[in-house]
Amino acid sequence: MMTFFTRRQVIVQAAGLASISLASPSSVAQFRVEVSGIGATQLPIAIAAFKGDDLAPQKMGAIVQADLVRSGVFRSVDGVSGLDEISRPDWSRIKSLGADSLLVGSNSRLADGRFDIRCRLWDAVRGVELGSQNLVVSSTELRYTAHRIADWIYEKLTGEKGVAATRIAYITKTGGSTSPRFNLWVADSDGEGAGSALASNEPIISPAWSPNGQQLAYVSFESRKPVVYVHEVTTGRRRIVADFKGSNSSPAWSPDGRNLVVTLSRDGGSQMFLLSSAGGGEPRKLSSSLSIDTEAVFAPGGQNIYFVSDRGGSPQIYRMPVSGGAAQRISFSGNYNISPAISPNGKHLAFISRIGGAFKLVIQDLASGSVQPLTETEADESPSFSANGKQIIYATQIASGSRWQEALMTTTLDGRVKSKLTAAVGDIREPDWGVFQANALK
Amino acid sequence: MIRTKLFLLAFSAAMLVACGTHVPITEQAPVMDRAPEPVAPPAPPPPPANITLRDIKPVEAPPLAVVKSGIVYFDFDSFVVKQEYQGLLEAQAKFLTSNRNAKVSLGGHTDDQGGREYNLALGQKRADAVKRALAILGVTEPQMEAVSFGKEKPANSATDEEARAKNRRVEIATP
Repeated sequence: MMTFFTRRQVIVQAAGLASISLASPSSVAQFRVEVSGIGATQLPIAIAAFKGDDLAPQKMGAIVQADLVRSGVFRSVDGVSGLDEISRPDWSRIKSLGADSLLVGSNSRLADGRFDIRCRLWDAVRGVELGSQNLVVSSTELRYTAHRIADWIYEKLTGEKGVAATRIAYITKTGGSTSPRFNLWVADSDGEGAGSALASNEPIISPAWSPNGQQLAYVSFESRKPVVYVHEVTTGRRRIVADFKGSNSSPAWSPDGRNLVVTLSRDGGSQMFLLSSAGGGEPRKLSSSLSIDTEAVFAPGGQNIYFVSDRGGSPQIYRMPVSGGAAQRISFSGNYNISPAISPNGKHLAFISRIGGAFKLVIQDLASGSVQPLTETEADESPSFSANGKQIIYATQIASGSRWQEALMTTTLDGRVKSKLTAAVGDIREPDWGVFQANALK
Repeated sequence: MIRTKLFLLAFSAAMLVACGTHVPITEQAPVMDRAPEPVAPPAPPPPPANITLRDIKPVEAPPLAVVKSGIVYFDFDSFVVKQEYQGLLEAQAKFLTSNRNAKVSLGGHTDDQGGREYNLALGQKRADAVKRALAILGVTEPQMEAVSFGKEKPANSATDEEARAKNRRVEIATP
């Protein structure tokens, strides 16, 4: 009895410390999945609570399960419990539940305060082991470890890399209109573990992850005008990369991380320039038109950019070589198409299209030109693809009492599986989905 | 891994210093109401050995005050300075042409409809329009800076047409 209480106290304290060190905004919770249709290829997987999850600060089985369901590729099969990685599962029972795969594991606190995480993945149809993991981690690394396990399962069963262990950046606005407060957050892909990288009384927009996943470029209005910064998240060090006369905005990283395309008004109007992401040097003008040219994104490979221009009379998406040359119009339906995001394989363009007065996230197949709306909401903004190209994160507005609240959503490319992140107070906006983490489990 | 991190830190510290010397706006920034340019802080000590690349260090952007001296409102989807603001602009121009060291910031704003970056470009068109109007009245280029806030700083955060009309504007800010 004595031992039990001591152990429990220690765990409670550890959990408390973890939540303080994460500086998590209590108003922001986890992405909640909203399945609006069943994907044809959803894989049924049973994930038992890890043995020891009930006493641990993080429930490994539940985190892995939520990650896999949110991906849109998996369907969770309930009804399996009381198993760990050394159990011999009753395959006839597992199969009768409809599961093709089974994850079982344990979560044990060691004498030094760390946690020993073990798990085993089974092919439940054939009763064959697919692999196992054994990781010893600190309490603050438990969630990240669960995300890595989810990605390991995703890759084992689909052959493609998962994005549970990736991070997202987004902006919150709190304090209403009288004393607005803006924060740039970095959070896990499920919305948990958020840490504030930048706080300001002035707006922050357009965060963009560097290709190495360690820096964010963004536009901050803290000097009473839009200025582009590059900010190293781990150290908090940041540098101004574009503070020319007029407005500086819309940073886009080249795939090698060496350059940024930004929109500058220093020569009048809004035109795109290429400059070094290290700062310094003379920006090279990419566009020279009397129209608005902005919202550049690099195509994979770095040879071309997609961008928005109103050169044809209404804002449309175009493509042009970074080295210069003619721009080719890409979007054709409607008279307001903005905020392009290109999929990592270069085959899909997501953007915001005004359709019947509503601003809708749509996806265009670049080979066929066909365009599909993906949402039921009417004020979508700022799409960004996940690193594996299977999902899109975007901002939208949802009814909250008498007002519209800004929220983040993810969707699969077919629009069938979505998840939503809202704040108890304030607005969440401007998401950017970060790159793969380097240390995937094998 | 640690060696890589230390290199990254040293590299970014060097960038910070290099950056402080090239930022071109400092001498010519026409907005006089700005606080002194923040001095780059001294390089912080190396992080403790247990820092990881997933850590997030919080930064606070220092607040800055500004004084408005006039507002020009625009019609929906319009970038034309209406005749009714000629008096306001002439008064601004009279002050600026007789005080050649005085400077003015022209901040363009839009209503809440549409994307943030595209609205930033639309707000810039409004700020540029007021800048051209003042230039015709004799205000020199170095005295003016046209910038945009897009839809980020609404004067009225409601979304009815009355509020939107108050948000489509250029704010003239002077010392």
